[in-house]
Amino acid sequence: MSDLQDLYQSIILDHNRRPRNYGALDEATSRAEGRNPLCGDEVAVELKVEHDAIADVRFTASGCAVSRAAASIMTQAVKGKSVTEAGHLFSQFHDLVTGKLKPTPDEARKLGEMAAFSGVARFPVRVKCASMPWHTLQAALRKEPPAP
Amino acid sequence: MNRRADFPLLAANPGLHYLDSAATSQKPRVVLDAMRGYYERDNANPHRGAYDLSARATERYHDARVTVARFLGVADMDCLIFTRGTTEALNLVATAWGRANVGAGDEIVVTALEHHANFVPWQQLALATGAVFHVCPLTDDHHVDLAALRALVTARTKVVAFNHVSNALGTVNPVREIAAIARGVGALVVCDGAQAAPHLQVGFDALDVDFYAFSGHKMCGPMGIGGLVGRRPILEAMPPYQFGGDMIEFVRDDHSTWNVLPHKFEAGTPNVADAVGLAAACDYLDGIGMDAVLEHERALVRLATERLNGIEGLRVYGPKPSERSGVVSFTMEGVHPHDLATILDQEGVCIRAGHHCAQPLMRRLNVTSTARASFYVYSDESDVDALVRALEKAKALFAEPVG
Repeated sequence: MSDLQDLYQSIILDHNRRPRNYGALDEATSRAEGRNPLCGDEVAVELKVEHDAIADVRFTASGCAVSRAAASIMTQAVKGKSVTEAGHLFSQFHDLVTGKLKPTPDEARKLGEMAAFSGVARFPVRVKCASMPWHTLQAALRKEPPAP
Repeated sequence: MNRRADFPLLAANPGLHYLDSAATSQKPRVVLDAMRGYYERDNANPHRGAYDLSARATERYHDARVTVARFLGVADMDCLIFTRGTTEALNLVATAWGRANVGAGDEIVVTALEHHANFVPWQQLALATGAVFHVCPLTDDHHVDLAALRALVTARTKVVAFNHVSNALGTVNPVREIAAIARGVGALVVCDGAQAAPHLQVGFDALDVDFYAFSGHKMCGPMGIGGLVGRRPILEAMPPYQFGGDMIEFVRDDHSTWNVLPHKFEAGTPNVADAVGLAAACDYLDGIGMDAVLEHERALVRLATERLNGIEGLRVYGPKPSERSGVVSFTMEGVHPHDLATILDQEGVCIRAGHHCAQPLMRRLNVTSTARASFYVYSDESDVDALVRALEKAKALFAEPVG
């Protein structure tokens, strides 16, 4: 597989074309926007957190295939997860796109569709595209009022 | 004519299709040699040494100004101030002239075609002084709307700032017409020439603008040098921009007086080597002839526009090729400009993707970004071929059935 096909795997192209959990979230408890000032790309993440878990999450984005697909796959990965688990997934994803994590077949299975982003590591200028939705999710989680 | 051989970086990379010259140009060997020669033979701090070597450095700096002034059509060469580039030149005007001459209720007009460097300094000047900031709209074919500009300027308009050539679209603006509209209300006329000086005959003295800013690195010169050309009475009446060595005449304990032009606006040790390099770049371009440069680029833009329009889903922005310099800005349906840039890079084709430091323009085009291919003296038809081939590849990659 060429570097390019590795970057634009069909999973990524699919999520770019048909993003999941796309649009506004009714009854969102928190919202954050992320921007890449270099390119003007934008992503907005809306969350509904209940009992310290992400009950629902949706996003909107204007950006490249890598950032849209990353946002789409992220929403699927974190939905239903605890805030702590979501943080753990982000650090795994970050290690993956920066090349620190080279997943074994077993680890790749656990990563699920997130594993499709392993090709990003060979395109350093695109790491930010992949990680921006996750940073935005973190920002939205930080805004979340503390549980009563 | 193949000029790639004049450019060491291009000569060493035959498979490279460098189509980002609007961001920065490659450098011909004569420029690199001139800079190296200065450091190897003539380097000293100019303007102060009482020894022969410093006198030689002073002479080289002076000669560079003579050459660059002649290249830009400036007869009064002391009115050419060397700066780090266009950005610093425009900030110089907005700060030094602006703070002294613009107040609450005054008006500043820029156009929707501006690079951030000719937009934000004026916006911030307006915010700091209480002046009103206006953005002149564009026509449907992405020219400055002159009728709207005429309606926008008033007796309160202090500044009209606009570019000679748009960096994002390549649009060549009618400088004299815009200047005449600004003059009609007595406004200062500020022209950003960053994308014009590399590509066409500037002829400053005949342009009838008050200030003209440019960058050396986009016109075969080194990074870190450019300039501001101004009209003498205005430069002499203006306060300095920065303070320090070289720019003073006498320093008393309680006040100071300023050196004559151009030194009044060149505080600190000047960038002699880069000025020498820029002068060599001007000589190189003069050797080709600026009319030939523009003609060469327009032929490539015409060819690229034709070929790109032949790709389904591809949209080219900006006016027709005969009304631009060497820039083709475009989008491809279904493929974001960043993805295009990554895919093209794999084919050795370097393009720019993004907002081109022109977010106000992008908003008006209803896009967040475009892809931009830009040509220069060393570009040729093989670059256009490579661009089209790579775009077809990107289209095919993103059209593959998925899921």
